[in-house]
Amino acid sequence: MEQASERPLVELRSVTKSFPGVVANDCVDLVLYRGEVLALLGENGAGKSTLMNILCGLYRQDSGEIYVRGHKAQIHSPKDSRRLGIGMVHQNFKLVDSMTVLENIILGIEEQKFVPDMKKVKAEVLDLSHKYNLKVNPEASIWQLSVGEQQRVEILKLLYRKADILILDEPTAVLTPQESHELAKVVHSLRAEGKSAIFITHKMEEVMKFSDRVMVLRKGAVVAQTVTEATSPAALAKMMVGREILFDLDKKPFAPGEPVLVLRGVSALDDRGLPALKDVDLTVRAGEVIGVAGVAGNGQRELAEAITGLRKVKSGEIRIDGKDITNKSPLTVIKAGTAHIPQDRSSVGAVGDMSVASNLAMKQYRRKPLSFGIFLLPRRIAQMARRLIETFKISTPGPETRVKFLSGGNIQKTILAREIGACKKLLVAVYPSRGLDVGATEAVRKQLIAQRDQGLGVLFVSEDIDELVQVADRIAVMFEGRIMAILDSTSCDEETIGLLMAGVKTP
Amino acid sequence: MRKSLAVIYVFLVSLAAILAAVGIGAFVLLILGADVVTVYRVILTEPLKDLFGITEILVRAVPLILVALGIAIAFRSGILNIGAEGQMQMGIIAAAAVAIALPTLPKYILLPLSLLAGALGGALWASIAGALKARLGVNEILSTLMLNYIAAQLYGFLLRGPMIDPAEIQMGSGTPQSVRLPKAVWIDRIIPGMRLHYGIVIALVLAVLVYLLLWRTTWGFKLRAAGAEPKAARYGGIKVERCILSAMILAGAFAGLAGAVEVTAVHRRAIEGISSGYGFSGIVVALFGGLHPAGIIPSALFLGLLLIGADMTQRAMSVPANMVLVLQGAVILSIISAKMFINDPYARDRFYRFVSRRGNEPH
Repeated sequence: MEQASERPLVELRSVTKSFPGVVANDCVDLVLYRGEVLALLGENGAGKSTLMNILCGLYRQDSGEIYVRGHKAQIHSPKDSRRLGIGMVHQNFKLVDSMTVLENIILGIEEQKFVPDMKKVKAEVLDLSHKYNLKVNPEASIWQLSVGEQQRVEILKLLYRKADILILDEPTAVLTPQESHELAKVVHSLRAEGKSAIFITHKMEEVMKFSDRVMVLRKGAVVAQTVTEATSPAALAKMMVGREILFDLDKKPFAPGEPVLVLRGVSALDDRGLPALKDVDLTVRAGEVIGVAGVAGNGQRELAEAITGLRKVKSGEIRIDGKDITNKSPLTVIKAGTAHIPQDRSSVGAVGDMSVASNLAMKQYRRKPLSFGIFLLPRRIAQMARRLIETFKISTPGPETRVKFLSGGNIQKTILAREIGACKKLLVAVYPSRGLDVGATEAVRKQLIAQRDQGLGVLFVSEDIDELVQVADRIAVMFEGRIMAILDSTSCDEETIGLLMAGVKTP
Repeated sequence: MRKSLAVIYVFLVSLAAILAAVGIGAFVLLILGADVVTVYRVILTEPLKDLFGITEILVRAVPLILVALGIAIAFRSGILNIGAEGQMQMGIIAAAAVAIALPTLPKYILLPLSLLAGALGGALWASIAGALKARLGVNEILSTLMLNYIAAQLYGFLLRGPMIDPAEIQMGSGTPQSVRLPKAVWIDRIIPGMRLHYGIVIALVLAVLVYLLLWRTTWGFKLRAAGAEPKAARYGGIKVERCILSAMILAGAFAGLAGAVEVTAVHRRAIEGISSGYGFSGIVVALFGGLHPAGIIPSALFLGLLLIGADMTQRAMSVPANMVLVLQGAVILSIISAKMFINDPYARDRFYRFVSRRGNEPH
């Protein structure tokens, strides 16, 4: 590699950072050269985000040094890091919904005049967007844009600020296959222009597709570093989790029973009062996993909410196990034997300010072992919590730790532990593996299949087609609130699903 | 190491908050031209010098504890009740009305009945704001605050009109007050010659009950979940609107009861100024006590001390007793700021870094 002789653009030398109870980064060395894409691969809580937050000034390392362009850098704040040409696209976009693309792009730029010259800004933005293939309407308001477009705005924002070290934190997690394909092109054109990128991910295929080099983090420490060409997804997976990962799941033969969930002509509105579900018919039988494919925002969330009683439907009928639960309360639906892994895990799936134990008890505290009459039995709750923490390998200092102090993956495990336990008839899982590492994802998929094998109906919403094909028996593809088609997962191909997700019906 | 650092951090932030509150008070005292050190010494030590002072602190603490318990239930359930003052006045009216209307009942019936009426009066008043919030999403801070004004007017009207002591009209003095309540409704005093009454027992017992309710019952679990994360609570099958309404009713009941206890134990007739800001001070007590009964009791005693101390400085040093209001405001601001600092991971991180850098330096 000709870069090797060059002076590194960014260099971290034995950066260490610890939080109460954990060492998030343990003597991490990292080198990034001009014009290269470095993939940072690791499980949840491996310390990827912490490391990048140090680089962009949100955290400060306990020890170790950072060099940018050969000079020792003191990064005390995001402002410092911006001045050094470092920019980060966070997992949760930092955009103001009600403002336009242009307004968001110039937001927070200090050198801006009191009355900015929007024409000039627009010309510059269009120029950038053309150059890097980042198509977006500069006059549109953020709320009108799709997630993929919003991401492009984030990247444009960095480019407009002349950042040449871009950090992308799991950028594909929210994208459709087509969109992430587009993103790959963008990243490649950035590299061609001499920009460098650090690409955080836990998907091996993306490492292969996006990066030149890959660095694997495990438990805060660098466990491997290699040129991407010299490795394979399986090898990476092994390095990441420290053991072999089986990508094929064992499934009992498909033997569906009685319908547990039946939707007939269900229509519902979204939060803005626009139609989100249009005349949806769907049946989930006992012992089957129905996968719901689709680009986020095509009604999947509303579908799950309508089924679980969190959203009123305008017309149609929903039955669970033969019981009409249309527009009944969430409690009725829970009592009918439904478990729900919601899309929004931090504010819907869990109460951040309550303990892990309380969150685990959230759906069963009313019932016998955990309470007696009106009285809670804290000792039993703690017992149950300790058992689930053990079974689902939730890493938490203890059952009394507040959930908001756990990592995203462990919050998800907490929800999973509770819902799997409470599931009697139907499991509605919305993006259950989103943002989880390989090990945790595997565990989630196995659980879904285990539930199916035990004769439950599973409705499984995902954007990952591979995952759907692997786990689901049948796949319903949603587009703009409608079910475009229901396919047999053993006989369908990715191409067809991708097209249906984009609203194209093939004859 | 980290754990002890965290403790030190919380301690330092709390210390800074206390100093800030004291500092703001000192600043105002300086402007008034008072002797700052002496004023603080009088406020903080003078009331503790004799039995009278101590019992008076307890007398102030009773309504403060009761109001604060209700506030804690409401705040924990995610509804900010600023209307305890008005709810307390409705409680006074209801308790007094029942006592005046049924003077012949024996004490063991009339007293509980009257207290219950007080609680109901407060609950009813609070339920207006609760229902508006639960049904229509009306901001409860505005509605409870506005209901205070209505309650104050209603209170004044009743004491000047329908409930005025007929003797006042005959004599022509027209003081807005009711007749003296029948003896059967008086809450007894504990020590002869002192105003300290058995209401303190009611307050302490209820503090324990509130703790049990919030942390040991399924109902309290629902309330806390609804308060901490309404979306997650709804998802968990909890009827959040119902929680909001019932928390508000309970909060109102506590404020109403505080009023009923005040009127039957201390004043023994409905007069103007019984609530005297307890409804607002109760919020301070609840926040200062960490919205927990175990914190509310000491913080009510502390505020009681401030109130009596301020009275004493007014007499001894001609510093207005309203100084306490300034201190209360300063206390609220410091608590809120301290909480922000304690919960801010970045601020905490900066502190750790600062300490460890100091620790690592060779000298």
